[in-house]
Amino acid sequence: MNELVVVGNGMVGQRLVDALHERDAGSAWRITVIGEESRRAYDRVALSSYFDGVAATELDLVGAGCYDGVHRTLHLDEAVTAIDRSARTVTTSRGRSLRYDALVLATGSAPFVPPVPGRELPGCHVYRTLDDLDAIRAAAEAAARRRGGRAAGMVVGGGLLGLEAARALRLLGMSPHVVELAPRLMPLQVDEGGGALLRRLIEALDVTVHTDCSVRRIECDRGRLLAVLTNELELDLDLVVFSAGVRPRDELARRAGLPAGPRGGIEIDASCRTPDERIYAIGECAALDGLSYGLVAPGYAMAEVVADRLSGGSAVFGGADTSTKLKLLGVDVASFGDAHARTPGALEVTVNDPVEQTYAKLVVSDDATTLLGGILVGDASRYPMLRPLVGAALAGDPVGLIAPRGSAAADAITMPDTAQVCSCHAVTKGAIREAIAVSALTDVPGVKSCTKAGTGCGSCVPLLKNLLAESGVPMSTALCEHFGHSRAELFDIVRVTGITTFTELVQRHGTGRGCDICKPAVASILASQSRAGHVLDGEQAALQDTNDHFLANIQRNGTYSVVPRIPGGEITPDKLLVIAEVARDFALYTKITGGQRIDLFGARVEQLPLIWKRLVDAGFESGHAYGKAVRTVKSCVGSTWCRYGVQDSVSLAIELELRYRGLRAPHKIKAAVSGCARECAEAQSKDVGIIATEHGWNLYVGGNGGFRPRHADLLLTDVDTATLIRTVDRFLMFYVRTADRLERTASWVAALDGGIDYLRAVLVDDSLGICEDLDAAMAKHVESYADEWAGVLDDPERLSRFVSFVNAPGVPDPSVQFRTARGQRTPA
Amino acid sequence: MTAWTRVCEYTDLLPERGVAALVAGEQVALFRTFDGMLHVIGNRDPFTGAFVLARGIVGTRGGAPTVASPLFKQVFDLRTGECVTEAGAAVPVHDVRCVDGVVEVRLRAP
Repeated sequence: MNELVVVGNGMVGQRLVDALHERDAGSAWRITVIGEESRRAYDRVALSSYFDGVAATELDLVGAGCYDGVHRTLHLDEAVTAIDRSARTVTTSRGRSLRYDALVLATGSAPFVPPVPGRELPGCHVYRTLDDLDAIRAAAEAAARRRGGRAAGMVVGGGLLGLEAARALRLLGMSPHVVELAPRLMPLQVDEGGGALLRRLIEALDVTVHTDCSVRRIECDRGRLLAVLTNELELDLDLVVFSAGVRPRDELARRAGLPAGPRGGIEIDASCRTPDERIYAIGECAALDGLSYGLVAPGYAMAEVVADRLSGGSAVFGGADTSTKLKLLGVDVASFGDAHARTPGALEVTVNDPVEQTYAKLVVSDDATTLLGGILVGDASRYPMLRPLVGAALAGDPVGLIAPRGSAAADAITMPDTAQVCSCHAVTKGAIREAIAVSALTDVPGVKSCTKAGTGCGSCVPLLKNLLAESGVPMSTALCEHFGHSRAELFDIVRVTGITTFTELVQRHGTGRGCDICKPAVASILASQSRAGHVLDGEQAALQDTNDHFLANIQRNGTYSVVPRIPGGEITPDKLLVIAEVARDFALYTKITGGQRIDLFGARVEQLPLIWKRLVDAGFESGHAYGKAVRTVKSCVGSTWCRYGVQDSVSLAIELELRYRGLRAPHKIKAAVSGCARECAEAQSKDVGIIATEHGWNLYVGGNGGFRPRHADLLLTDVDTATLIRTVDRFLMFYVRTADRLERTASWVAALDGGIDYLRAVLVDDSLGICEDLDAAMAKHVESYADEWAGVLDDPERLSRFVSFVNAPGVPDPSVQFRTARGQRTPA
Repeated sequence: MTAWTRVCEYTDLLPERGVAALVAGEQVALFRTFDGMLHVIGNRDPFTGAFVLARGIVGTRGGAPTVASPLFKQVFDLRTGECVTEAGAAVPVHDVRCVDGVVEVRLRAP
């Protein structure tokens, strides 16, 4: 086996390991990775989301099982100090010596700190690693405490990274100053017009911008910092962040005698090899033709090239797309292709709308037939459509592409197959179309997992939808052959018309007599109206799937399982005894569920009321395990018992479970509350997940375990209990109203245009003006809740359904047979 | 061919819902559709071997009265017993009549 040593476990170094692991099925390489940071690879591009409350673990980029200690080994907190090229070994800071057959340098870059007098003073920071962010946060909090108010901060550098840092300071409660040497913000990405709008939008966010300006010196001044700018302004500060660009980390290579480019960076050729044929360099530390790339996409492309070369291929790095689209302080900025019109003869088409606060510029060839690049500020929604068109012939007048708003669907169709739809993973339109056809993909999550498109920055997701539609995947929202409407449309019809029966709905708005798809969907919609009465009343009984009809979960042999509600997973010994006695008396197989309750299996239809009589008498209620409904709110013991707990997670879990019990939804809903950041309740894998903080609660939504696991998105940070519950109310009701049939919150959230930010706008800022309505609907639900099983036991008519045979009600189904396994009955 | 067996009152049956019955030792599924018609098929789901078809959702597919198995949702035509979602599978169909408000079932020979 050959030995590969990778120096650096940043995004690009990790990508190399993943890409080689994917290609190298026969394990020709044993990989050892040496990482200098204490953390393994994380998403540095999303670094500032750390200040939104995203945990460091969520930024983690290393897949489970990646480092098995056999084929792939990772050493952290360890730097490579020397390379001996003749012996083919590297030496590390821990005195380790490793032999290599191939060596890949992925050492990244270091922040550039301009030579300002005073830059070494305490309070001066850089913005590159999670440790840097921790230090900035600690300094900001210490200053705020010391002064009993807000800390004051300054960011040196008004480029992409500088504005990210400014955003971080904003999130820490400061009104930062940004100092930029160039005459405008983001000088590399935007032009004068775009820069002017960007400055207006950023200044409206309480950020003071100083352009054409630099820092003369920083000095200590009565425990704080005093910065003197070249425009003679003096600023009293607690904190300075330098983010004025980066410099390639090429010192290790230089010491080993490898040449560096004129502006730094380890010299490589198109195969990403240094002049030493056993040594490669990739990412920000490398320089091809003297040029280093400070973006992740080119680094990823280099990693793929090296993985291919190490697998015997002959891939070359063909330069890279330096397009960027980002949201800076909530302001959209995108820049792509020849944004500054450097191509000879290039023409510029500009639309500057001061009212809408948007700026768009396209750069086209001298005959206006080919798109060369562009800049978007204020609204970058057209970026995913425009960027792939770079280099392609334009069908019409270029101005039509930026004003008025074009239809994205039409644009996707005009795109050539060679156009790159996902620039993060270099996936072309042709590759996506092929995957859709070959793997018979029908939805965006399928395209994502099959092609990786859309899994980077996510900006191309709207295009993926269009490509699915273009490939002939039926995107009809019709529920089934009986209704031409989507579930959300039917919900609105029912809500507005006040229709209360399936018959009326299908006669007025559908055809035929329904089926196993539309009937349960309509039953759920009717149940959500809180005016429908018991699920087994009148015609509703015939709409229910067998689980809802018998209020139990059918199992493979036709028997049912019974799950009493145990709110928050908290139960008294006496109630536990009741469950035990019922299980013993009816010989039910008993198992603890993942939702912290108890499932009793093997009950026949005619036994269900007898079982529930005992349970209801002891104070139990239906657990709705059978329904597309709120299931459990799992919890850890929280501050009541746990020495680490910071909030009372059990009380909140119980409150939530009792509040939402019985709520019918497009699919099941699971929730959890963790009493501290250790997350023992696994809340981030739930539809609604709540994690306690020192100051309140963080609310996550749209998580999922199961078939397609998804971590929940952070919706709110550090809120009080009332705000939390109000927002969960709205989230659930909005989901109940608008999601498709059998759509879990995970795919519903993922499919929302604008994602979690849109959801926050709707639920917190009431951008659709529906919050009052959602609140009222939830209030009605809470008020009208009644236990369904008690409702069955009280009603002879409903009870009469629970018989084995209509002509032999007492005869048990003779086909149901059991055997014994580990002391319990299981299906024969 | 067996004799007619009295099973229940017509009014015991809910529209668009099934019940299971024992007829000459066989489990059958008896349905009353929306238009008042009665249908009887074997209660055994051929895909799983479980006797559960009486507990499926009744509806229509292109005008044909149907029931969907509650386990894996294969749909059967109540008139012919044929599975309309997976060609080749079928369940037995039996005779049913209503005499003076009483529903009677007669097994057909397999």
